Amino acid sequence: METSRRTFLKLGGVCALGLGSLGVLDGFAKAAQPKYVANPQALSAKRWAMAIDMKKCWEKGASGCKDCLLACHSTHNVPDIGTRKEEIKWIWEEKYENVFPGQESGMEPEAIREKPFIVLCNHCKNAPCTRVCPTQATFKRADGITMMDYHRCIGCRYCMAGCPYGARSFNFRDPRGYIKTELNPSFPTRDRGVVEKCNFCDERLAAGKIPACVEACKCKALSFGDLEDPDSDVRKALASTFSIRRKPELGTEPGVYYII
Amino acid sequence: MKIYDGKYILVGLVIFIALATFPVWVNHGRAVPPPEPKLDTPVIKQMIHKQCVLPKEEMITEHMKLLNIWRTQVVRDGKRMYVASDGKTYEMSLQNECVRCHSNKSQFCDQCHNYAGLQQGTTPYCWNCHIAPKENK
Repeated sequence: METSRRTFLKLGGVCALGLGSLGVLDGFAKAAQPKYVANPQALSAKRWAMAIDMKKCWEKGASGCKDCLLACHSTHNVPDIGTRKEEIKWIWEEKYENVFPGQESGMEPEAIREKPFIVLCNHCKNAPCTRVCPTQATFKRADGITMMDYHRCIGCRYCMAGCPYGARSFNFRDPRGYIKTELNPSFPTRDRGVVEKCNFCDERLAAGKIPACVEACKCKALSFGDLEDPDSDVRKALASTFSIRRKPELGTEPGVYYII
Repeated sequence: MKIYDGKYILVGLVIFIALATFPVWVNHGRAVPPPEPKLDTPVIKQMIHKQCVLPKEEMITEHMKLLNIWRTQVVRDGKRMYVASDGKTYEMSLQNECVRCHSNKSQFCDQCHNYAGLQQGTTPYCWNCHIAPKENK
């Protein structure tokens, strides 16, 4: 068949039109597709952070008060294995020398050296754990939370080696039998062979609630909020007094500040 | 033709074939009943429109893919709400949302999973971490 230049160009034009309309059809098809959206009640921030006022905790809190620890553990079904090696840590107590090594003057008041500090995952800006994770099971969210995806964790424990704060714990055994608090049926447990840690209560933030530990503290020693919002609780707590962070020399930029 | 030790070989062969085909002739004529996932939970009974997040046929074949997408959206992208094509909004949570209607795990999930040979502890291992609904047995 003989094809003239004219018919060839006509056919070409029709083809180009057809291909061009694919995008439009795609758009129509997408309109009917299900959508994934964030909960409208969710709290949001540019960078979530926490300030822990140890002075308030020691002075106003009852001695031996573990409200924040218990609130966290019962919210997240954190097991109590009972041995130091297999301890699962989300939020726990530590001595000054272990919290701020290299920052001690050696001449601190007895009280500071002996009293327990509250420690948890620092949700570092430059989190070493997320850099070493081979499966990206742990990763940084846009709002600054260092998140764990337990589905992806292969239990290699590189993150535990990478974390300078010991904020990660490995499940050497099935934790189900060791949950001493009342089981929270709306939050999962973990499985043997995964690493776990504090998640800054991301599931509570998504429902418009502040973290469980902050809510549980009766003497308001913990404040939580957006570090980049000058009106947030955490910024107000930090604006009035001097604060320090753990191991600043490592450049991890922790998101947990201490007022002593 | 002569087979050396033919007696023993033939007897051995007969025993071997009998043993190898044991599952075939033992199960012959006995059909395993097909799974019947039950939809008679109190919540579903009260529903006027008995409709899951997707049409039934799609849910049967695609629920595992849907759960994978939900997982990614919730854990990695921080999006927790699913707007279905009929405009209804659901929380993307196996433990809090799916189970709200399908509170009969052993009569619903396990029916097909056991039939298909997906035993507990292998795949799907959803319930190793996610807390299964309490059932009255």
